[in-house]
Amino acid sequence: MLHYIVRRIIFMAVLLLVLSLVSFLIIQLPPGDYLSTMIQNMRNLGMTVDDEMIRALEDRYGLDKPVMLQYLKWFGNLLQGDMGRSFQWNEEVTDLILERLALTVTISVASLILVYVLAVPIGIYSATHPYSPADYVFTVAGFIGLATPNFLLALILMYLTFTHLGWSVGGLFSRDYVLEPWSIGKVIDLLKHLPIPLIVIGTAGTAEIIRILRGSLLDELAKQYVITARAKGLREGVILFKYPVRLALNPIISTIGYLLPAIVAGETLVSIVLSLPTIGPLLLRALQAQDMYLAGSMVMLLSGLAMLGTLVSDLMLVSIDPRIRFENEARA
Amino acid sequence: MSSRRSQDDAPAPTGIARYRIETPAEPSADERGERYYMASSWTLIRRRFLKHRLAVFGSVILLIIYLLAAFAGFFSVADTYERHPDHLFAPPTRVRLFHDGRLHRPFVYGLNVGRHPETLAPVYEDDREQIFPVRFLVHGHEYRVIGLFSSTLHLLGVDRPGYVFLFGTDSLGRDMFSRVLSGARISLSIGLLGVTISFVLGCLLGGVSGYFGGAADMVVQRIIEFLQSLPTIPLWMALAAAVPLNWPPLRIYFMITVILSLVGWTGLARVVRGKILQLRVEDYVMAAAVAGAPERAIIFRHLLPGFMSYLVVHITLAVPYMILGETALSFIGIGLRPPVVSWGVMLQQAQNVRTVALHPWLLIPALFVVFTVLCFNFAGDGLRDVADPYKQ
Repeated sequence: MLHYIVRRIIFMAVLLLVLSLVSFLIIQLPPGDYLSTMIQNMRNLGMTVDDEMIRALEDRYGLDKPVMLQYLKWFGNLLQGDMGRSFQWNEEVTDLILERLALTVTISVASLILVYVLAVPIGIYSATHPYSPADYVFTVAGFIGLATPNFLLALILMYLTFTHLGWSVGGLFSRDYVLEPWSIGKVIDLLKHLPIPLIVIGTAGTAEIIRILRGSLLDELAKQYVITARAKGLREGVILFKYPVRLALNPIISTIGYLLPAIVAGETLVSIVLSLPTIGPLLLRALQAQDMYLAGSMVMLLSGLAMLGTLVSDLMLVSIDPRIRFENEARA
Repeated sequence: MSSRRSQDDAPAPTGIARYRIETPAEPSADERGERYYMASSWTLIRRRFLKHRLAVFGSVILLIIYLLAAFAGFFSVADTYERHPDHLFAPPTRVRLFHDGRLHRPFVYGLNVGRHPETLAPVYEDDREQIFPVRFLVHGHEYRVIGLFSSTLHLLGVDRPGYVFLFGTDSLGRDMFSRVLSGARISLSIGLLGVTISFVLGCLLGGVSGYFGGAADMVVQRIIEFLQSLPTIPLWMALAAAVPLNWPPLRIYFMITVILSLVGWTGLARVVRGKILQLRVEDYVMAAAVAGAPERAIIFRHLLPGFMSYLVVHITLAVPYMILGETALSFIGIGLRPPVVSWGVMLQQAQNVRTVALHPWLLIPALFVVFTVLCFNFAGDGLRDVADPYKQ
């Protein structure tokens, strides 16, 4: 077990290294070099740019050196928590991102929890009452949920709440709290604003999990040990929850691995539509302004986050199901 | 088979018997079994697929949507880029059958354009005096038929100064219906092109990974794991934003497709690898290898057809992801850009809730996206059930 964990963590480190290369590539992608764009921008903002400042910037990013060394410099800075400076905001990227990242994590994890809280009971119900009217309703709703992209759902929900209820949904905080420091009142305000984003982000995942759970539970319920248990006169609840549900939950846990990146991705788009103060809108604006240190760092952080989640889910899976061998082959 | 039937019929050479010979009799269980064993796997697949109602429904609708897209010019009523400055945000025109309570051939009323006294937004009202019958197969603006030749023939239209905006008009007074049709060409073809690229990559890398194993397998599998653990949208956004703005539309279109396929091939590669690992140890593959067939022939002639049906399933389920990806990127403004028309580009106008609340028809492209994706999912689901026709 320990051997497996260590190996997974080493693999994770390698992945993060590759990820940093990709992120740096993204920073380098747009035409024109960073320094001239930055100087141009500062001039546009009416700031004076003297030689000393240029030299300080060159030194910080190693811009006078070859690309490979620039990468090493950037990566070294990253390890020390320095992700560069955003010229669009004229702020350190780290300061800009931290609070938004915390909100992104909160929303992603909360949606993930919501997905399971909704999907597991519905999936179990659908499997125990297959082809019942409720099952059909869930199946159809699931199909539509899978087919509707998150951001369109957000748009449609916004439209409906606006026209029918007169609410203007959007944002995570009321106007009074946006600039306030964190307080109990602000947390309560946040909780009030969370449901719509969570529902929107969670739909596709919920639909998928219901489908997987229904399928695997139906398979389990048809097996002989269930018939035996029923023949022995066990109560239905015991029959259901003692083994089949536990077994059927397995593929569900392994889906966290790809559900989490999907949720983070969906969250990015939904945030843009609902204008949530998370990473998404910031990333979009950074990309539009070609503020590449900001954009690259955000891609790096979001992907790293998803990878970390995948690692945690794999470790969870191994600890829940003793049958899974700690081999790479077993995961393929 | 025929000899058996004539034996059955022999004892009763009456009219009834003749009748039975003329129309094929209900096949006996034996015959049905025999037919089942004689049928090719594709026949079985087709038969099973046709039993899957939703899948048939989905594929028929898809066929219709693709036909509409291919012949967008013929079905559209106005040029995609033609602006009607005095018909901004005009609501969908209702095609009517009754005038003053009496049945009439299909017609539309003329539009009176007024101004809202406070907001100065255009207000539209039916002018019941003016009647423009809907005419079929009329000549209108010129368009190219699949890029081959020009035509001016359209399915329907009304005489000027009447207009028939089936889905209303957008902020520049362009006909939404015609734009949805011509946007379908981009949105739907990006799915197909992207899947083609993923298909080639997936078969190649998955095949190498599964057939040769060892180090190649290790490397490809790690790449796949890496790509699958990335959140797609931020990565796509970053890559799409790096596409230079001054490129010609066709090149941007192609780049976006490539970006979308970058992650899409991984799922396919996994399927290919798994199936190859499974089939590689079959006797017939061994026999081919012993008979001296080159590796290329073993892969393409013996292994690939063995799981082609699974690939078809996977592709059908992969197309909607590409369509959704394009729509999402274009919607937030870093995918395709105007003047290119795609469903995502059209939805850019629907970003503002207040605009949408006043002009809900701007959301019509979204309905098309959802419906198309839904149909692909139905069709794919049906195909998945029939992918292995010998499985009971």
